[in-house]
Amino acid sequence: MTATITASEAPAPSRVSVARGYRFELVKQLAQWRVRVLILLCWIGPALAVIAVSGQGTLPSDTLFGREMHATGWAGALVVLSFAGSWFFPLLTSVVAGDVFSAEDRLGTWRHLLVAVRSPRRIFAAKALASLTVLLMCLPGLAASGIVGGLVVGSRPLTGLDGHLLSPADAAGKLLLAWACVLAPILAFAAIGLLASVIFGRSPIGLLLPAFGGLGMQLASQVLPMPVAVRLALPSFAFLSWNGLFTSPPMLGPLLAGIAVSLAWAVAATALAYLIFMRRDFTSLANDGSLRRAITFGILPLLGVWAVSAGVLAAATGATGSGIDAGKLQQSLATSFAHIYRLQAQELYHTSVTEAQLRATASCTNGEGLVAQDGPGNDWRCTVSWHLPGAGAATGSAVYQLDVNPNGRYVADGDGPNEVNGYFMLHAPYGDAPNPLWQFDGLVDLLAPPSKG
Amino acid sequence: MRTEGIANTSCAVRARGITKSFGDVIALDGVDLDVAAGQIHGVVGPNGAGKTTMLGLLLGLAVADRGSLEVLGTPIGRGQPAPDGVSGFVDGPGLYPALTARGNLSALAGLRGPGARTAGIDEVLEQVGLTDVAGDRVRGFSLGMRQRLGLAAALLTRPRLLVLDEPANGLDPAGKKHVHGVLTQLAADGATVVLSSHRMDDLEALCSEVTIITTGRVVFSGPLGKLADASRELDYRLLTSDREAARLLAADTDGVRVIEEAGTRPGQEMIIVRALLPALDELVPRLVHAGIAVRELTPVVSPLESAFLALTEQQESSR
Repeated sequence: MTATITASEAPAPSRVSVARGYRFELVKQLAQWRVRVLILLCWIGPALAVIAVSGQGTLPSDTLFGREMHATGWAGALVVLSFAGSWFFPLLTSVVAGDVFSAEDRLGTWRHLLVAVRSPRRIFAAKALASLTVLLMCLPGLAASGIVGGLVVGSRPLTGLDGHLLSPADAAGKLLLAWACVLAPILAFAAIGLLASVIFGRSPIGLLLPAFGGLGMQLASQVLPMPVAVRLALPSFAFLSWNGLFTSPPMLGPLLAGIAVSLAWAVAATALAYLIFMRRDFTSLANDGSLRRAITFGILPLLGVWAVSAGVLAAATGATGSGIDAGKLQQSLATSFAHIYRLQAQELYHTSVTEAQLRATASCTNGEGLVAQDGPGNDWRCTVSWHLPGAGAATGSAVYQLDVNPNGRYVADGDGPNEVNGYFMLHAPYGDAPNPLWQFDGLVDLLAPPSKG
Repeated sequence: MRTEGIANTSCAVRARGITKSFGDVIALDGVDLDVAAGQIHGVVGPNGAGKTTMLGLLLGLAVADRGSLEVLGTPIGRGQPAPDGVSGFVDGPGLYPALTARGNLSALAGLRGPGARTAGIDEVLEQVGLTDVAGDRVRGFSLGMRQRLGLAAALLTRPRLLVLDEPANGLDPAGKKHVHGVLTQLAADGATVVLSSHRMDDLEALCSEVTIITTGRVVFSGPLGKLADASRELDYRLLTSDREAARLLAADTDGVRVIEEAGTRPGQEMIIVRALLPALDELVPRLVHAGIAVRELTPVVSPLESAFLALTEQQESSR
């Protein structure tokens, strides 16, 4: 005869709480040298980089605010954010979130973990939260380090993307807001990392996917002639959409769209990762992933999220085409020119003029009028005209060559006359600086209605 | 299949008709298993027999397709996790190489609450003989040390059912002795141990009962003694003071066959005889009466191993 231990004798199964699982995951993550190095790098790297670059004669003028790094420390902090958005954030999320599940496959510890925690659902939650925590340990470091490095250079007013000056307090506020805004795409890329980690298991593809995904999205955005709604429906766009905070008034449309899209990607990728994880058979010792599964359960659903997001954006904003046309460029360039002209007049001639007195206008053509007068490219040529203050009806004009990026940012490069927008040094309060009208950055609102002009 | 019943004892594991498939592969096919509380029970079988799958089911890592499974009186199945008090590992211990031995145990203990983070760690490290390397990172541990640390991690939860897959893997003789001592003490304290091993000598040294699984089916389950009884004739190594006289007597004894002569040690010679135990009982007194000293009479292959081979080969050939 066999007598079984009765249920009343047996202890009820008690699952480990998410909080305890989270602590366990955090201990494991922080024990890895590459995570520690990454956190350390985030806390000291930007400060060192900003100080080093600011001390160089040649500034990274290709990067947004890069050419202002000598002028103000806030520019250095923004260069860090700009650079991180393009390259570092996808890499960061890859290393942290892209490995959180696959590490267990590599170490062969899934069964051990399941026996200890007894709930795949809680394991998933703990891992996701621990990854997010590590990312959040890095981000304040990046922001603070960049700011500290910049402040070594100096806290002076920053020239915004429409040429107006931002006081240090205003610049600091917008900078912090910009860092807060990139949390959304970081969440999206972290979720993609989780999904890749769940799908690919031990395969290193999972670890690399967010980084390559980010790079792929950036390249696709730059190279492919996408409608603006499709471009904005990629989470990578939100790494740059904070640019709109640095105009007056701020361009909130692309910023909010980018955040909403990123959150949609984050939710979708996390949900997919969760569903796949919960369906996993842990009797298999290791999960090496499969391309077919990755396409079916990862890539195709995310392409669906992209398509739906693009559709919703197109319907909600009515945005069509590239979002860049001659009218928008003309308006943006004239505004920026007027603001910067005023700045130049103050620094060069110590005279005070207002934008209203200047009544600056611009006329732009793309490809000498032989191609469509819209879209990004470096064949935009604009002539800015303005009224010379105190000179009656006399007007001035200056030519600019525009290199317009698909995300709406452009670089205006002075093409004469030399006394207006040529390269020469002037005596600024912080020392000798290039003529601000020689080269400057501008931004067009991709979601603004197409200009009739 | 032969199943020897477990009489008048409480049951820590009770499985009935367990079937588990992975795609087209049937890993377990109608397996019954009873493990009495406080017993060390061995699960043995050839590679791919379904041992690890069975142990995984006990740990709640997988759910049976059919059949019922009760562990410590609690049904286990879909949505029914293994109860508290079940611990162990399959396919090697799960350890984190970036953490120290103590760090691994501390992190694991922390899952049970902040108060448990340090409780019992020193004790289990001492139990498995790893106190001296408690502060070393697991990255540098040998397989045997990892096995011992895995056992320590399992002991940390004060298990009432300990499930171990090949716990003696990679252990040196001293380590094995240490681990055997821990498991024996655990069973003496009332916990149940279910372990798998390819080493028959380990099972013989530890287990009171064994279950032999081959191709997903149980071919024997019961006390070791019964398994030996159920086996066929065994080959024995017979070392005497007079090899030739012993050979003649053995050949003359009913039920005893001389298989080969083997002189393996300088100055000493032995023969191999094949017989059932009763025939050996007859041979030994005859040797003594003939003035031949019996210096060694041992099975060439252990009874358990012999029975295992016989049962598994039988099952293989009947497929």
